[in-house]
Amino acid sequence: MELYMSLAIGVIFTVGVYLILSKSLLRIILGTSLLTHGVHLLLLTMSRLKTGAAPLLGQKADAYVDPLPQALILTSIVISFGVTSFFFVLAYKAYQRLGTDDMERLRGKDDE
Amino acid sequence: MSLLHIVILLPFILAVFVPVLHKWSKRLHTGWFVLPAPAALFVYLLGWLPNVQEGERMTASLPWIPSLGIDFTVYVDGLGLLFALLITGIGTLVVLYSIFYLDKGKEAIGHFYVYLLLFMGAMLGVTLSDNVIVLYGFWEITSISSFLLIAFWHHREKSRYGALKSMLITVLGGLAMLGGFALVYVMAGTFSIRELVGSAADIAEHDLFIPAMLLILLGAFTKSAQFPFHIWLPDAMEAPTPVSAYLHSATMVKAGLYLVARFSPVFAGEPAWFWLIAASGIATLLYGSYRALKQTDLKAMLAFSTVSQLGLIMSLLGLGSAAAVYTGTSESLFYAKATLAGIFHLMNHAVFKGALFMVVGIVDYETGTRDIRRLGGLMSVMPVTFSAALIGALSMAGLPPFNGFLSKEMFFTAVLNIRELDVWNMAFWGAFFPVIAWIASVFTFLYSMLLLFKTFAGKKQFEKLAKKPHEAPLGMLLPPVVLASLAVVFGLFPNLLSYSLIEPAMAAIHPAMLDAGAKFHVSISFWHGWTAEIYMTIGVVAAGILLYKLYPRLSLLNRPLFTRFSLNKTYDGGIGRLDGSAKWLTDRYMTGSVRHYLIYILFFLIVSVAMTMAGSGGMRVDLSDFAPMSLYEAVIIFALVASVIAVPFARSRMMAIILTGTAGYMVTLFFVIFRAPDLALTQMIVETVSVTLFLLCFYHLPKLKKELARLRFKLSNFLIALGVGAVMTAVALSASSGRSFESISGYFLENSYKLAGGKNVVNVILVDFRGFDTMLEIVVLGIASLGIYALIKLGPDAVGTADGRPAQVLAADGRDIRSNDVILKTISKAVIFVILTFSLYLFFSGHHEPGGGFIGGLMTAAAFVLLTMAFGMKAMRDIVPVDFRKVTAAGIIAALLTGMGSFFFGEPFLSHAFGYFDLPLLGHVELATAMLFDLGVYLTVVGITMTIILAIGRDK
Repeated sequence: MELYMSLAIGVIFTVGVYLILSKSLLRIILGTSLLTHGVHLLLLTMSRLKTGAAPLLGQKADAYVDPLPQALILTSIVISFGVTSFFFVLAYKAYQRLGTDDMERLRGKDDE
Repeated sequence: MSLLHIVILLPFILAVFVPVLHKWSKRLHTGWFVLPAPAALFVYLLGWLPNVQEGERMTASLPWIPSLGIDFTVYVDGLGLLFALLITGIGTLVVLYSIFYLDKGKEAIGHFYVYLLLFMGAMLGVTLSDNVIVLYGFWEITSISSFLLIAFWHHREKSRYGALKSMLITVLGGLAMLGGFALVYVMAGTFSIRELVGSAADIAEHDLFIPAMLLILLGAFTKSAQFPFHIWLPDAMEAPTPVSAYLHSATMVKAGLYLVARFSPVFAGEPAWFWLIAASGIATLLYGSYRALKQTDLKAMLAFSTVSQLGLIMSLLGLGSAAAVYTGTSESLFYAKATLAGIFHLMNHAVFKGALFMVVGIVDYETGTRDIRRLGGLMSVMPVTFSAALIGALSMAGLPPFNGFLSKEMFFTAVLNIRELDVWNMAFWGAFFPVIAWIASVFTFLYSMLLLFKTFAGKKQFEKLAKKPHEAPLGMLLPPVVLASLAVVFGLFPNLLSYSLIEPAMAAIHPAMLDAGAKFHVSISFWHGWTAEIYMTIGVVAAGILLYKLYPRLSLLNRPLFTRFSLNKTYDGGIGRLDGSAKWLTDRYMTGSVRHYLIYILFFLIVSVAMTMAGSGGMRVDLSDFAPMSLYEAVIIFALVASVIAVPFARSRMMAIILTGTAGYMVTLFFVIFRAPDLALTQMIVETVSVTLFLLCFYHLPKLKKELARLRFKLSNFLIALGVGAVMTAVALSASSGRSFESISGYFLENSYKLAGGKNVVNVILVDFRGFDTMLEIVVLGIASLGIYALIKLGPDAVGTADGRPAQVLAADGRDIRSNDVILKTISKAVIFVILTFSLYLFFSGHHEPGGGFIGGLMTAAAFVLLTMAFGMKAMRDIVPVDFRKVTAAGIIAALLTGMGSFFFGEPFLSHAFGYFDLPLLGHVELATAMLFDLGVYLTVVGITMTIILAIGRDK
């Protein structure tokens, strides 16, 4: 399972990076969303998949899965929600004011 | 912390209060508050004289970075005390002078005294520190305060130019010096100057000895304006005259001389040390005195004069180092006379040059010009100023009975003595020293006379002046008169200085020449009989008078010699080219395109991760222990990959968003399968709220165009992307193929219930073990939501429409995100309550079961979003009449207060407690402070989510 998961993570990262390198703002934002998913799955895979029960001590299981990546991912999910929202608003505000969503045309020049 | 430390720190402490005193005293000049500090320090330091004279050394240490051998050690010996007295003594007079020179109403004197005190403290630190790293720190503060003082009138282009130039040159030297200190540490293993002097003999053969010496000398030469680094000093004259008198003549520029004197016991005896210092000093002496002749600005003349006199003292210190070759013999004393002359002249120069600078300041203040072509005949209207100028100028020219005469005679003795030196090729070169010294003395005599007579004698030409000159106020006259009197006193009674200051200072520079407990015996006498020195002086006066007569007709003396090439042009050109090439280089890679920057980052990521994994042997694939894949998982993974791959090919915005959402839900399913219930819940709600958000923003974004880009653009993007993907796959495989070290997770699983009273380990990590992270995370979320709010509400277009009516109201009422779907409305009424109840359940059970503040908060927000979608903004505002930004703030404050609560129990920030209580209705329950913290998280999440959604929904 870890092998296929690693390959899937590779695909997600590839597409995510390809999208953030493109010219359209919308594609860039979707790219960051995909990258977040990739990171989450990477963290989860790192701790090995399916090695025990969910980390709820009430279950009285012999082994539990690693709770640490889960705590990290939980934080990350909420943060990335905030960041993605910010990106979205920034993108459409930039489009409203500047009339383009093409990164090549939004390029900064000297002392602007 | 001892009194010795207070001596250095007092000016700094006072500097902190100067701005307050400046504001508080409306009428009294701020200088009066500053004046007592140097005066008290001077008197206090005078009290040390007898002890130091008896050979006592005072020291006090304060640990600073003991692990690196860096301590704030104050060490007072003869040399340090001499400089400290010079700094505080001249400092007192300069502050007094400045009170009358700088007008309280017109000038920013609050700043002026802060800078001046900074300098004073730093200069004391340089001369009284035993640790070279501390010395370096103070050294750089003197450069910075000098920069600030030169640029005091910063509206002038020339002031800024001069300030920058002095800073660049002196800081360059300072850095070199720091490198020298580092090399010294490598050799001797200590930063303490005393210990270094002790081990001087051991390091002399070290390979780094010469490089360390060169670097330290570079620091000294730049600071003391030795040729060719002198170019900053004339431009530093843009500073107010009290500053020129204090920093750029009496004290700061002598820091380089101090450094050379201080390191003499370490390096003296080395031919390179002798040659570099003696030769650069004598060259600077000649060059400076020659350039001084050609100046028409009085201050420029004094600046070049200072350059030349610094060269004189420097060369004397170099010549004196020859004494180290003959340690233990009487010849050693013969050559050490040069050092003696150097120290004596150092003080004399501070006295007469200080007086002259102040005189020039008075002339400038009273007439409005410093140009000798427009001045003349001031003698009759400014008799006191003239008297001070007369004494100062004659002393500088080296005429009896003033102090300058004595030290110049001793200088002649030293250069005549050096001919006898028969090592280091001096048999040939030794004869040059007296010749150059004599020529430079003639020039010195000549410019002293020009300075004096062109200003005070000759034709009165007051019509060329901006204002009618008259004598300066008493307070302004007092400091130069005091200094001029000292020039007479030290001239007639030089042994006042020789016993008290020169002997102890000599002991510090030539420690090897003394047996333990012995002292130097210095006696300076006025008349030696008809010696070579006195004939040289007579020659100087005769030649000087002759040249003074010829001066107007000799273009060699009064015109610039080279106009095509100058050091200043070289400096300007160098700085210009440096600027230009830096810009050229930066423009090559700072293209303004985010894509380029991303490519740099990603490329670096690929290379560094791949190289690390290849290099450290971290890359390994061990398939044996991997879990098998079930059919469900295969289906999910296929759906995930397919939807992700389809995103770049999506033709419409809607399609792209839905595909991304699909990927999100697939990830949610993975969380379910891989036993992460908290994550699954969170991801599901976030995905739902996100899609709502995307759809709200959707109206505002342009249609998704097909990427019309060249194949090369797409291909390079794809290659970078593929690289990142491959690296990440490798990381994932390696990480899951076995551990290099034990995970810390075991601790959490073991102690979650024991220490924190919670069974949901993930939640316990968030609110308890790693509570501080969570605390900061909700702050970040709060900032993001405010950022969004500000982007929408506070943008330039949100202020109002052209006709003045507020635009936001129109937009909010004009289009609402209300649905017209009856089924949605009907179902929502019931579902909203179910969701809200469930969200509360999730929140309260979070400590033991899946849930918690994040999930509960998101769920509550989801209910509100549904309410808004179904019934519109207005209904939402009516039903839940709260400002969600305040909810966010309340949440953060609740979390913060919970964390601070632990202070009352003497525990660190965010220490939680829990206990079990029997409550009515609820029975036996556990109550934990972590719940309060989680409440803060809950409120923050509700607040930020709703702030974001409502802000976007309201936007027109």
